[in-house]
Amino acid sequence: MVTITLRYTTRGPASGHAPSAIVGVVASGNLEVLLERALPDTVCAVEIATPVRGYDEVWQAVVADFVERTSPGGLHISINDGGARPDTVALRLMQGIRMMEAGR
Amino acid sequence: MTLRSNVPSRRAWDTGQHSREQRLAAASRYARGKLVAHHDATALLEAVLRPGDRVCLEGDNQKQADFLARSLAQADPAVVRDLHIVQSGIVLAEHLDLFEAGIARKLDFSYSGPQGGPLARALAERKIELGAIHTYLELFSRYFVDLTPHVALTVARCADRDGNLYMGPNTEDSPVVIEATAFKQGIVIAQVNELVDKVPRVDVPGDRVDFVVVAPEAFYVEPLFTRDPAQVTETQILTAMLAIRGIYEEYGVRRLNHGIGFNTAAIELLLPTYAERRGLKGRIATHFALNPHPTLIPAIETGWVQQIHSFGSEVGMDAYMRARPDIYFTGRDGSMASNRLYCQAAGLYATDLFIGSTLQIDLQGNSSTVTRGRIAGFGGAPNMGSDPHGRRHASDPWLKAGREAADGQAGLARGRKLVVQIVETFGDKLVPTFVEQLDSVQLAETLRLDLPPVMIYGDDVTHIVTEEGIANLLLCRTADEREQAIRGVAGYTPVGRGRDRRAVEDLRARGVIRRPEDLGIDPLDAHKSLLAARSIKELMHWSGNLYDPPRKFRNW
Repeated sequence: MVTITLRYTTRGPASGHAPSAIVGVVASGNLEVLLERALPDTVCAVEIATPVRGYDEVWQAVVADFVERTSPGGLHISINDGGARPDTVALRLMQGIRMMEAGR
Repeated sequence: MTLRSNVPSRRAWDTGQHSREQRLAAASRYARGKLVAHHDATALLEAVLRPGDRVCLEGDNQKQADFLARSLAQADPAVVRDLHIVQSGIVLAEHLDLFEAGIARKLDFSYSGPQGGPLARALAERKIELGAIHTYLELFSRYFVDLTPHVALTVARCADRDGNLYMGPNTEDSPVVIEATAFKQGIVIAQVNELVDKVPRVDVPGDRVDFVVVAPEAFYVEPLFTRDPAQVTETQILTAMLAIRGIYEEYGVRRLNHGIGFNTAAIELLLPTYAERRGLKGRIATHFALNPHPTLIPAIETGWVQQIHSFGSEVGMDAYMRARPDIYFTGRDGSMASNRLYCQAAGLYATDLFIGSTLQIDLQGNSSTVTRGRIAGFGGAPNMGSDPHGRRHASDPWLKAGREAADGQAGLARGRKLVVQIVETFGDKLVPTFVEQLDSVQLAETLRLDLPPVMIYGDDVTHIVTEEGIANLLLCRTADEREQAIRGVAGYTPVGRGRDRRAVEDLRARGVIRRPEDLGIDPLDAHKSLLAARSIKELMHWSGNLYDPPRKFRNW
């Protein structure tokens, strides 16, 4: 298992008021994402635990695009990866953001 | 000028006929009429075969003359040797055992799905002298020119004593194989599941069949086209939505062929839901050249599909097809009739769109299913996934694609077939689908093949659909634009990350690349609840329990 930690400064805070959300499942080719509103408004931290080695650059690219698109300030995001493909990662992250917006 | 027509010819004109008579005479001790006992099958083959014969041992996409394959593999290699195997499918282990034993030496084929790995190894070890890897139509055509079989080993559900054969839904390649063999004085041997007084319908007339062997077990059929809806991913649903919105609706595609992957299964399952909501019923996806895909059942039941002609059959679909003769082609006996040659020709000339998946796409849009150590062959995709220059009838989608390719240049109006590759940017085990160079190029060098095996050539591909969007290659005007259009939908693969971002944004502004949001699609709407059926069991329910799924797909 490899752990990758990424930290970003965002334009502003993530919208919505849900304190936390969880999407996906830990299964082969899938992943579980836990989002928690736990950081200052312009900080986003993403912690990835993955069994797949050698994909750090891909993770960085996927998460950087996600941060650019959604400005998830204040969120601490933990990813428990089961070898998901980048498209699944991006989809789960977006689903997580939507749940943070919708939930209360 | 001297007329020489009155000079008597010294050559014999019927050597084929003589050879046939000798073979039949040698075989006669094993036959009563046309019937041969199954324990004499190997002796029969040793009697009729001559070293170097061209032999078709069906070997189709789905049905297998598996008993005759086993019988041939048991032949004495001192008697039966150096055969030239000319058949579409190398599917069974026995097909390769023939080469290992020296019974066969040369091979011309189309498709090798499950034997792709062992075949690549046998080629590397020079145990097989490879002629070519063909498309189906190409191999069938060569049966009538320079690859006519001396002996055809076929397979049917039942036969009568005159050799009339009933093949039912799995007629597949047999009529073309037997026509070429029988009319060129070859020998035709059929394995059948049972002997009957009268066959339900005559798929092959008895006067083209020399021997019939009742096999100890029913022949094997590969269930190739059953896709469990439960395995369809959200990303595949997204690509299916993109294809429906950005291609089917955009061009008004009614006549088409689908590949066998999960992406196209997702399209089939979205017709009664997503496409229905867009009001597209009757305007898209009405006429198919297609195997009987179980995932199309909901679209058939809701009145989307008007007609389907099939290459072969699918395990478990017999009763459903029998009950839907308005949709499928069926015989007077009621059972469905398939024919790979006819359906391939139909898919080539009479459809406006081919859409299928692949394992690798390069920067020119060439695609291949060959990966390191595996030769899967082609089958039908290259025929249907090509722009037929022999086409002369117009249709709206064909003309629209032609106009896009012509870029307003004056000249003769000409259409284009829509050839679509639908893929996810990464395949199994995070292997990138987009590559700088196809593995098949390296493989061709290693095995000293004349041609790298290419499934669909880039210049035939009109669109590439991925979860990142649609690249319309018809609108690309230079090789560079084309490369950037491909990189622009290649996601986070090295090829995708190597894009010129500015060039890609320019292409998007011109509509060459279209993102989900450009088509009004929210990726978060790509959810399994959009599928008309979410399991094999639901497909069965849609069919009124007429669909009888193969056991390995029954998980309840």
